[in-house]
Amino acid sequence: MSITVEHISKTFGSYTALDDVSLTVNDGELVALLGPSGSGKTTLLRIIAGLEIPDDHERSAIYFHGQNVARRQVGQRQVGFVFQHYALFKHLSVFENIAFGLRVRPRRLRPTNQQIHDKVTELLRLIQLEGLGRRYPSQLSGGQRQRVALARALAIEPKVLLLDEPFGALDAKVRQGLRNWLRRLHDELHVTSILVTHDQEEALEVADRVVVMNQARIEQVGTPAEVFHHPASEFVIDFLGNVNVFHGRIEHGKAVLSGLAVSDRTAGKDASPENRKNHLYVRPHELEIERRLNGSPAIPALVARINPAGAFAKIALTTHEGGDIQVDLPLERYEQLGLQTGETVFVSAKKARIFTPDYVI
Amino acid sequence: MAATAKSRRATSDPLWLRIVLIGLSVGFISVLLVLPLAVVFAEAFRAGVGTYFTSLNNPAAWRAIRVTLLAAGISVPLNLVFGVIASWAIAKFEFRGKSILITLIDLPFAVSPVISGLIYVLLFGLQGLFGKALAAYNIEIIFAVPGIVLATVFVTFPFVARELIPLMQEQGDEEEQAALSLGASGLQTFWRVTLPNIKWGLLYGVILCNARAMGEFGAVSVVAGHRSGTNTVPLYVEVLYNGWNAPAAFTMASILALLGLVTLAAKTFLEWKVQQQLRADELTDVSPATALEPATAEV
Repeated sequence: MSITVEHISKTFGSYTALDDVSLTVNDGELVALLGPSGSGKTTLLRIIAGLEIPDDHERSAIYFHGQNVARRQVGQRQVGFVFQHYALFKHLSVFENIAFGLRVRPRRLRPTNQQIHDKVTELLRLIQLEGLGRRYPSQLSGGQRQRVALARALAIEPKVLLLDEPFGALDAKVRQGLRNWLRRLHDELHVTSILVTHDQEEALEVADRVVVMNQARIEQVGTPAEVFHHPASEFVIDFLGNVNVFHGRIEHGKAVLSGLAVSDRTAGKDASPENRKNHLYVRPHELEIERRLNGSPAIPALVARINPAGAFAKIALTTHEGGDIQVDLPLERYEQLGLQTGETVFVSAKKARIFTPDYVI
Repeated sequence: MAATAKSRRATSDPLWLRIVLIGLSVGFISVLLVLPLAVVFAEAFRAGVGTYFTSLNNPAAWRAIRVTLLAAGISVPLNLVFGVIASWAIAKFEFRGKSILITLIDLPFAVSPVISGLIYVLLFGLQGLFGKALAAYNIEIIFAVPGIVLATVFVTFPFVARELIPLMQEQGDEEEQAALSLGASGLQTFWRVTLPNIKWGLLYGVILCNARAMGEFGAVSVVAGHRSGTNTVPLYVEVLYNGWNAPAAFTMASILALLGLVTLAAKTFLEWKVQQQLRADELTDVSPATALEPATAEV
C-alpha cells in the first residue's frame, strides 16, 4: 500500500516540527527518514501513524493507497507501530503481548483462541523466539524485546509498518544483526515500511530510498547511492558521513582555496557563480597525501594522528592555519607512504563538491 | 586485611558514635511510638478479656463503628475514582491550569482538619450558605452522618491522586499509545494496560486513604456536633475518655491501633511491590543512544 503525505505542517507552540512536507512512499517500499534530532522525522512518522495530529490546513492530506486517512484515528489506520523503547506491556507475557492486537478486536472480528494461538506461534517463529512465549519482557534482552515489539505490530496484519528508531537503544553489534534481519524480513513480507533513524549507516544499508530531513523540511529524497554520491545540499553531504570543508571560490571553472584546486568537481544542484566565496566539500577518502609537490595544487599539513585500525588508515592532519583535515587512505597506500606523526605532507583532492552558501545580508 | 581495616575506618564512624546514635533513635521511637501503642493494648485488656468484649458489645460502640465504616466506605471508593481520573489527566495530558489542579489536590493536606470541618458548617449549617434551603426540605447534613461523610471525603481527597501522579508520570504513555495503535479502544487500553501498571500504587493509595478516613478526628469532630448518633470511632474514644470510662476508651482505641498496624504492614508490603515494579520498568527502559554527530573538518 502506498503512502502519500501532502503539505503537512506541525507546530508545537512556537516550535515548528514540520514545515509543509510532502512525500510519497511506494507500495512495498522500505523508506528511511534520516536526520538529526529535532529534524521532524519522528513527528512525520507519528503523523502518518495517527499518533499526532498535523496542523489544520486545507491543502494537507494523508493518503493510504489513495484514501485520505487524515481524519482516522490511530486504531483505524491499520498501522503497525514499533517504538524506540519497545513499549511492551510489562505485565503481559511475550505471547500475550503479541496476541494483544487480536484480543482487543470487537467480538465479531476476533479470531478464536486456537487461531490466536496459531498466529502468535507463527510470529514467534518469524522473530526466532520460539519457546519464549511464556517469558515476560523484563526477562528478555533489548534485541529480543524489539523483535517482540515487531511481532506484536505484525500480528494485526498492518498495511503499513512504521518503525521509530527501532534499534536506537541497542548496542552496535545487536543493531547490525537486527538491521540485516529487518531487511530480510521486509523482502519476505513486502509490507510498506517507514523507518526513522539518525544513523546514516543504518539508513543507507537498509532502505530502498532515503529521505534526508533537516530543520522541519525534507532536504533530499533518493536511493542510498544517490544521496551519498550526489548530495543535493551541504547539509546532506555533511550528515551522510565525514566530510572536510574548505573555504574557497571558483575561478575559471576551478575551485581555488589556499593553493588547492580541483578540476574534477561535482557541483551541487545550484550552479555556483564565479568568484564568489564558497565551501568546498571533500570526503576523507577523496583526499590524497603526497610526500612532495608534484605540480598539482596541494595544501601542506602536519600529520597529527594516525589510526590504521580499520579498512582505511584514518589520518588526522593540521594545516598551518590550525585547521583540521581528515584523510582516509587505503591501507596499502598508507604502508607505501610509511607516514609518521609529526611530519609535514601535502594534501590534494581527487574530487570535491561545491554548494552555494546561503545568501546572507 | 590491612586494606579492609583502613577502608572501613575511612567510610564509617567510630563504634561508640554508632552505638550512641542507634541507641538514641531506638530509645526515642520506643518511648514515643512503641510504648504508647503497648499501653493502649495493655489498658484495653487490663480488666481482662471479658471486660474488653463487654465494652465492645454496646450499642453506642457498634453505632460508632458503623458510622466509621460508612464514612470510609463512601469516601474511599469516591476518592479512588477521583484520584485515578485526576492523576490520569495530570500525568498523560498537557493542559492549561494543570499546576493549579495539582495545588488544589494538595489543599486538604495544607489546611488544618478543623478548618475543613468548619468550611462545611459554613456551607451547610443552619446559618450557612445553603442552610435555609436544606432546612426547608428537611435535609440534615451538619451534625449528621452526611456531614461526617463529606468531611471525610474532603480530608482524604489527596491520598490516591498523590500516590498515582508520580507513578504515572514515570511510566509515561508509550504503552497506551502502543495499545491504541494495535486497535484497542480507550476503555480497553485503560483496563488492559493502564490499570495493571498502576495497581500496586493504587492499592497503596487506597490503604492510606482508608486509614485516614477511619482515623480522622478534627474535621469530623466539627461537623458531628457531639451527638451520640453521629460518633465515629475516634470521636467515641474521646467521649468515653472524657466520661471517665478509661477501659472502654482504650478498647475502642485498640481497634484503631490495630487498624493502624495492619495499614502499616500493608503499606510496607506495597511499597516494596511498587519499588520492584519501578525497578522492572527501569530494566525495560534503556536510555536512548546519543545522536550520532557527523564529524566535520574545516580549514
